[in-house]
Amino acid sequence: MSGKIQLRIALRNCGVIDPENILEYIARDGYMALGKVVTEMTPEETINTLKESGLRGRGGGGFPTGLKLEFASKNKSDVKYIICNADEGDPGAFMDRSILEGDPHAVLEAMAICGYAIGAQEGFIYIRAEYPLAIERLNIAIEQAYERGLIGKKLFGSDFSFDIKLKYGAGAFVCGEETALINSIEGLRGEPHFKPPYPAEKGLWNKPTTVNNVETLANIPTIINKGAKWFSSIGTKTSKGTKVFALAGNVKKVGLVEVPMGTTLREIVFDIGDGIEGGKEFKAVQTGGPSGGCIPAQFLDIPIDYESLKSIGSMMGSGGMIIMDEDTCMVDIAKYYLDFTTDESCGKCTACRIGNKRLFEILEKITNGDGEAEDLKKLKELGDIIKDTSLCGLGQTAPNPILSTMKYFYDEYEAHVFDKTCPAGICSSLTKYEIDKEKCIGCTLCAKACPVSCISGKVREPHEIEQDKCIKCGACYKACKFDAITKS
Amino acid sequence: MKKVNVIINDQKISVPANYTVLEAAKEINVEIPTLCHLNLHDLKAVNRSASCRVCVVEVEGRGTLAPSCSTYVSEDMIIKTNTPRAIKARRTMVELLLSDHPKDCLTCSKNQQCELQSLAAELGVRHIKYTGEESHYELDTSSYSIVRNLDKCVLCRRCETMCNEVQTCGILSGIDRGFETVVGPAFGLPMIDTMCTFCGQCVAVCPTAALTEASNVRQVWDEINDPDKYVVVQTAPAVRVALGEEFGMEVGTIVTGKMTAALRRLGFDQIFDTDFAADLTIVEEASEFIHRVQHGGRLPILTSCCPAWVKFFEHQFPDLLDIPSTCKSPHEMFGVVTKTYYAEKFNIDPAKIVVVSVMPCLAKKYEAARPELSTNGLQHVDYVIDTRETAKMIKEAGICFRDLPDEDFDKPLGESTGAGVIFGTTGGVIEAVLRTACDWLTGESLEAIDYHQLRGLEGIREGSVMIGDMEIKIGIAHGLGNARKLLEAIRDGKAEYHAIEIMACPGGCIGGGGQPYHKGDSEIIKKRAEAIYREDAGKTKRKSHENTDVLELYKNYLGEFYGEKAKELLHTDYTKRELI
Repeated sequence: MSGKIQLRIALRNCGVIDPENILEYIARDGYMALGKVVTEMTPEETINTLKESGLRGRGGGGFPTGLKLEFASKNKSDVKYIICNADEGDPGAFMDRSILEGDPHAVLEAMAICGYAIGAQEGFIYIRAEYPLAIERLNIAIEQAYERGLIGKKLFGSDFSFDIKLKYGAGAFVCGEETALINSIEGLRGEPHFKPPYPAEKGLWNKPTTVNNVETLANIPTIINKGAKWFSSIGTKTSKGTKVFALAGNVKKVGLVEVPMGTTLREIVFDIGDGIEGGKEFKAVQTGGPSGGCIPAQFLDIPIDYESLKSIGSMMGSGGMIIMDEDTCMVDIAKYYLDFTTDESCGKCTACRIGNKRLFEILEKITNGDGEAEDLKKLKELGDIIKDTSLCGLGQTAPNPILSTMKYFYDEYEAHVFDKTCPAGICSSLTKYEIDKEKCIGCTLCAKACPVSCISGKVREPHEIEQDKCIKCGACYKACKFDAITKS
Repeated sequence: MKKVNVIINDQKISVPANYTVLEAAKEINVEIPTLCHLNLHDLKAVNRSASCRVCVVEVEGRGTLAPSCSTYVSEDMIIKTNTPRAIKARRTMVELLLSDHPKDCLTCSKNQQCELQSLAAELGVRHIKYTGEESHYELDTSSYSIVRNLDKCVLCRRCETMCNEVQTCGILSGIDRGFETVVGPAFGLPMIDTMCTFCGQCVAVCPTAALTEASNVRQVWDEINDPDKYVVVQTAPAVRVALGEEFGMEVGTIVTGKMTAALRRLGFDQIFDTDFAADLTIVEEASEFIHRVQHGGRLPILTSCCPAWVKFFEHQFPDLLDIPSTCKSPHEMFGVVTKTYYAEKFNIDPAKIVVVSVMPCLAKKYEAARPELSTNGLQHVDYVIDTRETAKMIKEAGICFRDLPDEDFDKPLGESTGAGVIFGTTGGVIEAVLRTACDWLTGESLEAIDYHQLRGLEGIREGSVMIGDMEIKIGIAHGLGNARKLLEAIRDGKAEYHAIEIMACPGGCIGGGGQPYHKGDSEIIKKRAEAIYREDAGKTKRKSHENTDVLELYKNYLGEFYGEKAKELLHTDYTKRELI
């Protein structure tokens, strides 16, 4: 079944060709699109093809790619730049890495096409240094492409020249934001600045610049080769083509999937992913990474596209998709993402630097069992203000995991605050382990497993947990072979 | 400039297309509160980090609130500055800042001068809703000039703009991430171990007490109150045109007489004038200049009165150390003269003399501690207090400054000419040098001594003066970024000047890091400059070589201008320093 649903455009060559051999890429129509635009099409026609295709940015924002190129093309300048944003940073996401490792030439070719479209002579791939294999393969690809004259001077006998260089990022999540990324390439602190001016006007070294994500670029050669019409026939009304997702979490089959826009979450989770692990119930799916939200079961059948995900409080993001089963605590999940975003905040604006920190602290208070009714109000109110006031996308979307879980799983928040319980049994401060005296046979396994020696009892007699000393690690629960330990 | 029509709070207005929403709102008297924003128009220093999010407004059609300081107007833009949504967001931003800020306002050195404090009051913050962890960092008191208290930093980044863009020193920048973000030197180094020039422009623009001067008020009181000490105070020219601001007097008021009276009432034993030493500096520097011109010495000559500038070139242009004049700065000349000539003349043990400099400057604090600026183990200057510290002492002593009578400086180190006064503003030192050098080179007493072409606030200025048949080319820069440009041009052989004046602070000493806070109003600096030139114009003697006390000093003690004794006491040398 999964074979039918999946359609590979961005991943078309991944796992199929030897990424270190340019000939294998060429054999699969590689560099044909570049040859075509440079020798047969004007820059305007190239941009129009991409506009007509309906391709939108796959990095998170979903901005129309053709339009972005058009803005940069209209700004007059002797020097312009193309940047490939390969600073993939969402936890659990590795779409871009797979493309860079499996099909690096597709990215190079697309960058040159974009360069031709806007009149840029140079491109930078901003790649995180934690991707050594991708870097190695890109370096090989760049070298081979230069050797064959597929990047460099006077491509395909034309006057168009295009160079590509790598620039390593130090792994700051915020450097995925384009203005922060540009700062970082320039050697400045990786932090965003207010837009406008947009990069299309004043980008790298104040020159018109287009920043595109890896997956976005990987679509471009195929669009040129097969035509805008073909591409726009795939997907939904507003979102064309396919999207690569990194399926992870409590699902049987994890990994990358590429599906046409409009595929439902149910198809991805239950057909491609083969359902939830261990026969448990599906609870939610988190999309959009730290900026996204948690989607409950009631929305499993909506067709996924940029707009539909936004309408239910999440977002497409770069394609992280984490499946959660019934044992997941949604308050804990929100806290996890806030922990990530507060860590990765650049610290520039007040709303994100202090606001998101305060949100995280409230969540900590709630999961520690100290939450009050007022805290729930504060989460919502402050979350909304941060969304409204932060400088960049990171801050503006950081409260999403809280706001979406509050929207769909408010009862869990209430349980933590009013009943002082964690329904999923995840928040250790709210969890209590007890030994069922009827079931305990006194095997002592639990006492041996306990790291703080708080379980006592004689052999073959029921044991007992000293609650004051218990650190709620769950070691006894896992060790017991007789289901004699209960978690509440 | 093309104009665009916008509607702000239902009022239609046409404004230039390059206006921000904040500027457009000002046109119709709509005040939008700001914190991180800073625009010193004439000095070309703009901080537009849009980081505090206090100035947010609603712009129709925009999903999120817009920071008015950095959102530019566009045709038919509809803006609302005072909706409940905007006001609530604004207040929340201030509450969030306060939630990570010490609550020691009453004992804070910036109490009643703090922009965050004023903002909280204006927005009616009475309660901090969101509380949590507060930042705690070690106080950086490593330098003689600047204290960094990161607990009070609101990350407005104004200091960075001044340090990096205006002064091009690159000492301060954002480090670490998220809640742990701080502004500081690379590798978390203490200020003393960096190439900071201690110009204090970061302090001048800091809205809170995150950056303040290293205060010497207590030490100076102790010296005054020590009966064994003979405490001599000198005051720099820029102080007298700014001190009044601290007492609510109109900007640009000249308070020389009241300042002198106040210092006398504080208990200083002698009230002298750094302007006297400025005249002394001029005769030395003019002599050195003429010597270089007549003996084929290295030109251009660069002025050396500004300690921040001296430290800057020691770090940044170590290959050009032979260009600057070797003259010590005026207050150091004053210090050495006091502890030698004056001490001998009045038979006072130099070890018992305490020299206190009242300066508009924070770098002078560092300069006073430079080991080579000492004689027989005694530093020329013992303490430097800035204009703000001086005002604090006057207030502490319960002196009604505004009602004081005008009093004169003491003799014999109190006489000064107009040339000494104009030292306080950009262009003033070189103008003072010319007044003397022209007279000496022509052998005449010239009447036309107002060099208007050298005045103004343009960052880099040049002019030429004919002395006889010789054309003297002058370059002037204020602000270290401008100084860098000028020096690079010289290094590259692209600029030819005979003499160059450089002052580290934008506007010169009148805009010094120790002056009353201008809080982003560059008009204040302009008015101080006008006051300086008014004071000069009102003087009967306006050329340094006409200062009789200075002439007497040479006659009785120093001997020749630029002679052996003068060189020994009044000149110094420079040290190559690391780039870090």
